[in-house]
Amino acid sequence: MITARYHREIPQRYRLEAAKCSSCGHVSFPPRLVCPQCKARKFEAVNLSDEGTIVTFTVVRVASDKFSKETPFGVGIVELNDGVRVTAQIADVHPDELKVGQKVKLVFRRVQEDGKAGILCYGYKAVLA
Amino acid sequence: MVGIVGYGAYLPKYRIKAEVIAQQWGADPAAITRGLQLFEKTVPGQDEDTITISVAAARSALKRARINPKDIGAVYIGSESHPYAVKPSGTILIDALGIGPHVHVASYEFACKAGSEAMYVAYSHVKSGEMKYALGIGADTSQGAPGDALEYSASAGGAAFIMGSERVVAEILFTHSYTSDTPDFWRREGESYPRHGGRFTGDPAYFKHIMGAAQALLEKSKMKPEDFAYAVFHMPNGKFPQEVGKRLGFTKQQLEVGWVVPWMGNTYSGSSPTGLAGILDVAKPNDLIFMVSFGSGAGSDGFVYRVTDEITNVQDRAPKLREMLDTNKIHLNYGEYAKFRRKIKLND
Repeated sequence: MITARYHREIPQRYRLEAAKCSSCGHVSFPPRLVCPQCKARKFEAVNLSDEGTIVTFTVVRVASDKFSKETPFGVGIVELNDGVRVTAQIADVHPDELKVGQKVKLVFRRVQEDGKAGILCYGYKAVLA
Repeated sequence: MVGIVGYGAYLPKYRIKAEVIAQQWGADPAAITRGLQLFEKTVPGQDEDTITISVAAARSALKRARINPKDIGAVYIGSESHPYAVKPSGTILIDALGIGPHVHVASYEFACKAGSEAMYVAYSHVKSGEMKYALGIGADTSQGAPGDALEYSASAGGAAFIMGSERVVAEILFTHSYTSDTPDFWRREGESYPRHGGRFTGDPAYFKHIMGAAQALLEKSKMKPEDFAYAVFHMPNGKFPQEVGKRLGFTKQQLEVGWVVPWMGNTYSGSSPTGLAGILDVAKPNDLIFMVSFGSGAGSDGFVYRVTDEITNVQDRAPKLREMLDTNKIHLNYGEYAKFRRKIKLND
């Protein structure tokens, strides 16, 4: 069931592909049909920086079934170097070590699985830089 | 001149010490570390697999190669732990890296030498003039049955090599392959863990094939072991590569840099390619490098590389293997390791 949606989001989840408004330059991630700043409808595809800073985070200790074997883990809002903010799971670190302001890098990881026999879903996660 | 134009390696952060595994099964830790010369091994994170390792290694290779990913005409990933039984790992990698869609993609499989196979075919495509660049990768999240000797060595990691003919950092001068039907190690369809022939994996398998490829390569190249600055062989444990190096006439100094297995474990398809990446990190122009892989079943691929002046322009453009091996490690206990490697039976 998740195959079509997963496939549609590959440019964003794999390559951080955003839409830069051809009129005012505002960057939307994920891309939008209408620019929220100037209402223009023409965009060019740009790839966001894979480096940024943790703006805020929370620690998930009780997760939904798909993520219950990974607890505790951090989920943070990361401001990328080009100013765009993304929400990402923070991997390879015990959440007690997380702090606001830490430098992170977005890496390519397995994000979820569609059950035991379904597709594997990949995307970005943050790791401490 | 055709050869490597960009390379990169990746190792997960997680480790388990050989003594922790030995204690779990009531084995003598000192005997294991002394006998196999293995101290600890890498363990993939719960969200890491052959594809994520390949992507990380290939990103570093692209940074060093400084090329447009769209110019890569073929992507081959060699592994015995492809996440899908049916769906090539490279299909995911090309979309992650912006390669393709006009690209030839395939998954390779030949026990521990699937990575060098991928490198060999990538090199051949460029040499024939069929394409400008081709990417060959060896990566694994190796399986070892609980309590089996393989559990001390089966680790995770990989290396990626972009072959090309412009701005070559290591020219490939000679290659040679040596293959026979030798059932030393195998995994039947649907089985979770491989089986092996114990001591049969030594002389009739590992040593026969590596020596066969290496001796033919020395003859073909008209070179002698002392001509090389470095040599790297497949590393199923600490002992075998040292022994085969000695039998062929290489010194410990020539083997030292690429001999990363005591602290990394056996990254299977990524083993000798990862050692090669570690050598390229420190190599100097005109150094000659001798590499022979080994894959059970069984076969060996041999390569002679000559490092070019371009190497110094790329070494610092991406993380180096030794840094990944020695820093930022997270050690696991056996319970965490069993969970990470999905060795615990759970409800669906």
